[in-house]
Order: sequence, then structure tokens, then C-alpha cells
Amino acid sequence: MKNLKAKKFTPKKVATMAGAYFLAWFFVYPYINMFLTSVRSHDELYATPSTHLPQVWQWRNYIDVWSHAPIASFLKSSLIVAICATILVLLVSLPAAYFLARYKFKLRGAFLLLVLATQMFSPTALIIGIFREVDFFKLLDSYIALIVLNAGFNLAFSIWLLAGFFSSIPTEIEEAALIDGCTRIQALRKITIPIALPGVVTAIIFTFVAAWNEFTIALTIISSVDKKPLPVGLTQFIGQYDIAWEYLFTSTIIAIIPVVILFISIEKYLVGGLTAGSVK
Amino acid sequence: MLAKSTAAKSKKQVATHDVSLASALPWIGPALVLIALVVIWPVIELVRISFTDISAAGSLLDFNGLTNYRELLANPDIYPVARRTILWVFGIVFFTVILSLPTAQLINQNFPGRKYVRWALIFPWAASVVMTSMIWTWILDAYSGELNLTLTQLGLISEPVDWVNNPGSSFYFLMAVAVFVSIPFTSFVLLAGLQSIPNDIIEAASVDGASNWQIYRQIKFPLLRNALLIATIINLINVFNSFPIIWIMTRGGPGYDTDTTTTLAYKLAFIESNMGQSTALGVFNFIVIMMIVGLYLRVTKATRTEI
Repeated sequence: MKNLKAKKFTPKKVATMAGAYFLAWFFVYPYINMFLTSVRSHDELYATPSTHLPQVWQWRNYIDVWSHAPIASFLKSSLIVAICATILVLLVSLPAAYFLARYKFKLRGAFLLLVLATQMFSPTALIIGIFREVDFFKLLDSYIALIVLNAGFNLAFSIWLLAGFFSSIPTEIEEAALIDGCTRIQALRKITIPIALPGVVTAIIFTFVAAWNEFTIALTIISSVDKKPLPVGLTQFIGQYDIAWEYLFTSTIIAIIPVVILFISIEKYLVGGLTAGSVK
Repeated sequence: MLAKSTAAKSKKQVATHDVSLASALPWIGPALVLIALVVIWPVIELVRISFTDISAAGSLLDFNGLTNYRELLANPDIYPVARRTILWVFGIVFFTVILSLPTAQLINQNFPGRKYVRWALIFPWAASVVMTSMIWTWILDAYSGELNLTLTQLGLISEPVDWVNNPGSSFYFLMAVAVFVSIPFTSFVLLAGLQSIPNDIIEAASVDGASNWQIYRQIKFPLLRNALLIATIINLINVFNSFPIIWIMTRGGPGYDTDTTTTLAYKLAFIESNMGQSTALGVFNFIVIMMIVGLYLRVTKATRTEI
């Protein structure tokens, strides 16, 4: 018993723990600072000397921010774009991933390569082409363009991840359903997708978070204030003569906490989708 | 993750039914259309405009061959920006990888609270880079930021220093923020690599009397090569494309002093209405990305047999 206890806290283990806890602190620290700033009063932010902790915890910033800035409208735009982009990605990637996992066809390799290549492209590099294309379709300043573009740039992750899940499900299960009189679509809907559910949930969360955080496309093609999603809308705080940092950071805390929780819930599947299954 | 992926692997079905391309189209067609719309069309449009005379208002005039490219190369401002971009990409990727190796090793150890340490690492990954850049701007603020407050209290500085707007330090602080947001993804990729190393190899080496450092240097590190390669290439692309950090913290300014070719292409197009030079630079950026993508495709093809 004594031995076990001694083994539990060797100097090496203590050093590991100290290092790991410091690491955790380092990566969360900016967000803690963000929170501490979000509950200070405006005067306190510019007081000298400044202090590490708020002198007065001004929780009502979280109520006042809604009337101080069009946060509700930014949130609405972000939600519309992220939800619709996620639905579009699912509608497009589910059949493609299923087919890739189950069938061989001519140019299958070429298709896989194309998908892999698109995953590597960020909209930033193509932004001028994107702007002119959206203008060509007369869709500047519209949600629809933002939705389609967000879906397109996040499609590859879902196709890779879902194809991996589908190919791990034995075909016999589906064939049994077919023999029992299901159509292929029914077999897919009632048997295969429920088994691949962790993959589907990961695809949903990843796409949602990516679209929620997207900045460059929205900055470029959206001009009306009431259509701006959060990351773009909040940059309006920056560059003003007297930036309302406390309201800026109440807004970012509201935007960040839900997506961190979502990402934590899919942690173990993230790497597989992002590295296209090449790290295992 | 290890148990899961090996279990999945052993059951993995190889796509067996051979079918015609026509019967594949209803399934993969929508994906093809989406990719064509968001990637291929913009690429073609970008290249086409780069060979065209375009007015500031955006209307296309005439095909003008390489004029835009000549004007870009004659612009003395782009050379320092190009050199800075090389520093940006290689500096950030180097420090990201060097710091992620021990980070991955650390979060792979067994210790109480490991789960929460991994969760902590997810924050910069999940949070919007725009918002992370905003909080760093505030932490580094000359008069109210936490960094100067702490340094002053420790007696390390006597006067507030404006880190982000000081020409000598500005760009390095932007790079540091980029390293900060790149480490989590890189560490998790390396962690997946570490977890895929079979335990019996490690145990055998340890029974044979190998020290921890020997085990890391001679067994784990070589087996991590693949994960390291993939993580490095993905980082090269992400960092080259990185836009929000610079845009939020300095707008590439003052002048072009903290611009990379990516932010400069954006600035030329949408701030300075210099579409000609911007598209020429955009094509140059696109070629750089294509080269890194080519490298990635070669590496993954060499290591992947199926999905």
C-alpha cells in the first residue's frame, strides 16, 4: 500500500503534472483575461494603475451589451449561416461519402484527390475570384452566398470522416435489411446512418463551428450591418476612437463558450477528419 | 482513439462493387457541383482577371497579357513583404512544431486531470481566431494590458511598451499569436500519432534497459515521422493563408510593414482598388499553395491505401 502511494507521486510525476497544469493555464489564460475584462466597468479599464482582477464585478455588462451593440442581429446572422451551411454539407457529403465507401467507379481516385485538394484551400487565397463570382450571380450581401461558400469549403472534412465511418460498417448488415424488403435508401436511413452517428455528429459540429468562426468571406461579401455575422460585426468595435472593450469581450465570451464545449465533445474524432485518415 | 481506430481498421470493408461513372453521379454529383462553384470557378476567375485590364470600379476592359504581373514586379513595396512572408511561414511553423512535440508528449502521459488539460488546449482551436486576436491585442495593450502590468510589477520594465505598434517588435508578436493558435491542432495530430505506437514496443525497450529519452529519440520519434510530416504541411498551408491575426491586430500596417503576401493581396484589392496587381499577387499566392498541396497529396498518397 505504501509502495503504491509512493509510486503515485514520484518526482517525475509531479514534474509532469506541474508542466501540464502550466500548459493548460497558458492556453486558457487569454480567455480568462477576456472574461475578467468583460465584467469590468469602462472607467476601470483605463484606470492607472490597472489591476489583475476587477475592482467591481460589473455583471450587468452581460445585460447592457444587448442594447449597446447589435449583438442579437450578429448572433442571428451567425446562426442562420452556420445552421444552413451545416445542413447543406450533410445533404451533399452523406451520399458522396457512402458511395465512396461502398463502390468502386471510374475516376474514384481522381474524385478523392479533388476532395483532398479542396480541403487544403482556404477562401482567403481565392477571395478576389470569390467576390467576382458572387457579384456575377448578383448575390453580394446575401446569406445564400455565405451559406454555399461555407458549405463548400468545409465539405471535404465531412466526406473524409463519414467515408471512414461508413467503410467500417459491415455490408452484411445492410444486405440483411435489403433482403427484409427495405429499399437502399431505407437501409441507409434506418441502419447505416444510426450506426455511423458519432461520425455524423462530428461532421455537424465541425461544420457548424467552422462556419460560426468564418471571417474572410463574410468580411468581403457582406456589407449591411444587419446581415453581418459575429466575427465581422464585432470588428466594428475595433478602430473606433474609444473601443468599448468590456462589451466587445462580453460578446466574444458569449460566442466562444458554446463552440468550445461543442469541440470538446468531438475531440477524439477531430484529428481523423482533418488529416484525411493519414495519421493513425 | 487507439482502440477505436484499430477496431475500425480490422473491420474495414474495401469498396468492392464496381459501378459505372453514370450511376455514381447522383451520389457524388452534388459534391462535384459544390466544389466547382466554390473552388474551381474562383480559381479560373482569378487567373483570367490577372491577364486583364480592370478598372478600379471592377469592370473588365481588355486582355493585357502580362502587364499586371510586370506592374506587380515593378512595385518596390512587394519585395520586403515577400521576404517577411517567408519569415512568417517558416518561423511560425518551426516554433509550432518544436513546441507541439513536447506538448503532445506531455498530454499523452498518465496523470490526474489529464482530461481537463486536453480540454484547455481545445480553447484556442475552437475559438474564433478573430476573437483570440482581439484578446491578445488587449493583453498586449501599452497602458491597460496585462503583459505590461505584470512586467511593471516584476520590475522588468519601467515605462509601458506598445508591443503591437512598436515597429521593432510588432511582427514578432503577431507571429507569437499565430504560434499560439497553431499549437493545439498540431499537438492533437502528434498525440494521435503517439497513441498509435503499440505499447509492447515501448515495454520491450524499457525491459531491455532503454532510458526514457532513448525510447523517445529512437523509437517514438521515428514512428511519429508521418504525423509530424502531415502536421507540418497542413500548418504550412494554414499559416501561409493566415489572414485574421494580422488584419485584426495591425491591418498589415503601418504602411505595409506587417503585411504578408496574403494580407497584401487583400489590401490591394479591397482597400486600394488596385485589382490588377492584386490578382497577379493572388495568382502567385495560389501557385505557392498548389505546390504545398502537391506535396501533401504525395505524402498522404504514400501513406494511405484506402479511406
